[in-house]
Amino acid sequence: MQELLLIAVGSAFVNNVVLSQFLGICPFLGVSKNVKTAAGMGGAVVFVITIASFVTGLIYKFILGNPNIMGGELEYLNTIVFILVIAALVQFVELFLKKSMPPLYNALGVYLPLITTNCAVLGVALTNVQESYDILPGVVNGFATAVGFLVSIVLMAGIREKTEHNDVPESFRGTPIVLVTAGLMAIAFFGFSGLI
Amino acid sequence: MNKCTERIFNGLVKENPTFVLMLGMCPTLAVTTSAINGIGMGLSTTAVLIMSNMLISMLRKIIPDSVRMPAFIVVVASFVTIVDFLLEGFVPGLYDSLGLYIPLIVVNCIILGRAESYASKNPVLPSVFDGIGMGLGFTVGLTCIGIVRELIGAGQIFGRQIMPDSYEPLTIFILAPGAFFVLACLVALQNKIKNHLAKKGKKAPQNAGCGEGCASCAGRGICGGHLVSDIKKEEEGA
Repeated sequence: MQELLLIAVGSAFVNNVVLSQFLGICPFLGVSKNVKTAAGMGGAVVFVITIASFVTGLIYKFILGNPNIMGGELEYLNTIVFILVIAALVQFVELFLKKSMPPLYNALGVYLPLITTNCAVLGVALTNVQESYDILPGVVNGFATAVGFLVSIVLMAGIREKTEHNDVPESFRGTPIVLVTAGLMAIAFFGFSGLI
Repeated sequence: MNKCTERIFNGLVKENPTFVLMLGMCPTLAVTTSAINGIGMGLSTTAVLIMSNMLISMLRKIIPDSVRMPAFIVVVASFVTIVDFLLEGFVPGLYDSLGLYIPLIVVNCIILGRAESYASKNPVLPSVFDGIGMGLGFTVGLTCIGIVRELIGAGQIFGRQIMPDSYEPLTIFILAPGAFFVLACLVALQNKIKNHLAKKGKKAPQNAGCGEGCASCAGRGICGGHLVSDIKKEEEGA
């Protein structure tokens, strides 16, 4: 239990996926204009990464890393299999939500297709294999990483809503001021590094 | 041959992926802690880009339009796996410092973007040169950022001491926040040049960063070129 808690805090705050590992920068910069859409995107990412880390964990444990199949030498297929599984999974989740949970689909629907190109999803799947996490720690790691993403994108959106009205030097308007803000947030997140 | 040199010029200068198109931001920020890492990442991406452009261009008449995205992803992922093993075998030092970001070349927008917008529509030779040009443009971009960060953050370039001993390195520049600051200054500089051009009445090149528009993003095939906020608005209107 303590180990799971350490993994969770570690990947949500200490090694924050956006601010210290630079995964998922595109949605972080692109979909953080206001808090509501940022929260929607973050929610969709939490949903997809949690499921994806479970599914890729299963595939790795029972097929790719299984010593009984080809002597466990299928590991070189990790990247190819994971990216295809994630792409298919996102499509499947979208169809499933549309059919059976319309309210959730309305909240997250538009963000789902954009997640395939979010490198955080593949990043988590590969980290789980690298750290040789079992399925439960893998899912916890995925969930916590995604929560880290949610926290940072919502914080960013909150700050961005304020900076919209600030007097920013002309050249720094738009993306540059967002990047400076992200840099300051990254410094703030260094404060968590003493936690573990 | 003229067309081929034009492609290289295009990739290096006119549509430089790092400075003009602002594609592939994740590796740009993550691995540019030193100039040598920047070159390593740039050249690995170049290798994948050339090979995938070549193969996709060869297969462009065979791959059905409806499944082209998964097909491209499989091609790219195969080459990334090959590069991954080559680096592990021949340059283990670089492999260790790039780590997770090598397999993540798969989701680099530059590669899928070039496959979608150039290689799937053009013959093999120009596609290969397009790959070389774009790849070198990316390498130059990463190396420049790497040099700036290494110089300020460690006082070195390519591991050689440049700054005098009295210089106190600003370590923050080789840590995560430094990446954001350097990139911010870079984009600001670009904005300044663009504003200057606009005042002179010349048409400035279009910025296609993920935040601003998705004109050249690989995800366009999926999101249809709409920003999420626009889609929301449309849905609320309907």
